[in-house]
Amino acid sequence: MIVIFGVFLLTLLVITAIAIVRTDNLFVAVMLMGIASLLIAGNFFLLDAADVALTEAAVGAGISTVLFLSALALTSERERAKSSNKVLSLTVVAAAALILIYATFDKPRFGDPQAPVQTHVAPWYLEKTPEYIDIPNVVTAVLGSFRGYDTLGEVFVVFTAGIGVLFLLGSGVPLGSLPREKINEGLRHHLIPRVVGRVLIPFILLFGLYVQFHGEYGPGGGFQAGAIIAAAIILFALLEGERRALSVLPERVLLGLMAFGPLLYGAVGVAGIVLGGNFLDYSVLSSDPVKGQQLGILLIEAGVGVTVTGVLLGIFHAFAARGR
Amino acid sequence: MYYAVTIATLVTMGLALIRAVLGPSVYDRVLAVNMFGTKTVLLLSVIAFLYGRPDFLDLALAYALINFIGILAVLEFFRNRALRRSTERDEGA
Amino acid sequence: MTTLIDILSWVLLTLGGLSVLIGGIGALRMPDLYTRMHAASVTDSIGAILVLGGVMLQAGFSLATIKLIAVLLFLLLTSPTSSNALASAALLAGTRPLEEQAQDDEAQK
Repeated sequence: MIVIFGVFLLTLLVITAIAIVRTDNLFVAVMLMGIASLLIAGNFFLLDAADVALTEAAVGAGISTVLFLSALALTSERERAKSSNKVLSLTVVAAAALILIYATFDKPRFGDPQAPVQTHVAPWYLEKTPEYIDIPNVVTAVLGSFRGYDTLGEVFVVFTAGIGVLFLLGSGVPLGSLPREKINEGLRHHLIPRVVGRVLIPFILLFGLYVQFHGEYGPGGGFQAGAIIAAAIILFALLEGERRALSVLPERVLLGLMAFGPLLYGAVGVAGIVLGGNFLDYSVLSSDPVKGQQLGILLIEAGVGVTVTGVLLGIFHAFAARGR
Repeated sequence: MYYAVTIATLVTMGLALIRAVLGPSVYDRVLAVNMFGTKTVLLLSVIAFLYGRPDFLDLALAYALINFIGILAVLEFFRNRALRRSTERDEGA
Repeated sequence: MTTLIDILSWVLLTLGGLSVLIGGIGALRMPDLYTRMHAASVTDSIGAILVLGGVMLQAGFSLATIKLIAVLLFLLLTSPTSSNALASAALLAGTRPLEEQAQDDEAQK
């Protein structure tokens, strides 16, 4: 029955994708991409992957929509008519699709219990996590400790994305002709959203902190928490005006937040070496190896959360500054 | 028992999607996305119980908050666009 | 007692599902933006109360019920606000409601 639900959501996703491609109004495309992100998050949820679903919902449906709309405010709303060779593109895409479909014939069937990943990899992680790390959420254990190098790379990728956007967009180059007061006042004259937003923002921040530190016990972790906290501050910027949001978290502080995550992660790795183990070996961080592992995961998740918040807010302010 | 509610919610999500694709004006589409978001929250809550994993309710909570922020961002975009057009019209006139 | 709770939660869930479905059909078939908004927002709130209430009865007294109350509270707080903001944005942008009914009434007088 769950499979039927999943297939139904995927069908809706195909319809949405076709609608996104066929429309030439970019605003409609952005709205439909929000819906597509939700459909994918629903599908991840049905496949029992809660961490990924939470990240997709927080980043794809909230932050991505906001960033796309900020970019859309700087450009035009209609797509320019393309004059490329349609037959050639169609042939290339069809050939790639056929090759991919042919490659899936070699994969094990969906959910096959005899697949190699279910007989070798997954049982090893499920058995060794209580022994080495002893936290209930195996996904966080794999992300933070067993595959810690990959997560180090991810943090650096997020940091690089933030730096790249700041290089491209700069800060404060005025393009638009709107008077500063009107742009920066936000939804100030709309009383109801403002009042409700003021009530909600502390709770969203609290929820973001809960997701950050609860990542070891349930779905959560650094990436999701960073996205939720950034969303709360973006809400503040939307309601109270961007200038007040910049006075809450100035741009220097945002740059510091962006750099703090990789620094912390690297510092934890080097601390592992200094205390006698390997790079990113958390067991030597404390006298008890299991406690050391938990402390290590806590520290790196904090770093990840801080970096994601800094980068998302930095990108948002970079776009908003262009439109000033 | 939960299956009936899940099916009803999924069908409503399909109808909202049709409205998002069809809707003649942009506000119809924003309405459809808003409805889609709240139905997703309900779907997540019910399926979390269907699976017997109540700790998945964090997703429903996160999603309810994120949906609100997305819709307000869209409305801010409209407001800026309307202001920009009215300013250009005033300056051009 | 448990059968009573089961029957009650089943009734709430069915009514919630029905109202959600009615909202979807209303949003699709109503003639005008404002009538669609009315259908969507009213049934959103009622559907949320009924469905989450039904699920809460099944959960009993546990952490899950507290989380469900939090979800319900946030939904009831944010969904009407979004509808209000959307309606005011549409009105400020100049979208007019359908005026055929008003002209019919005036013609009849």
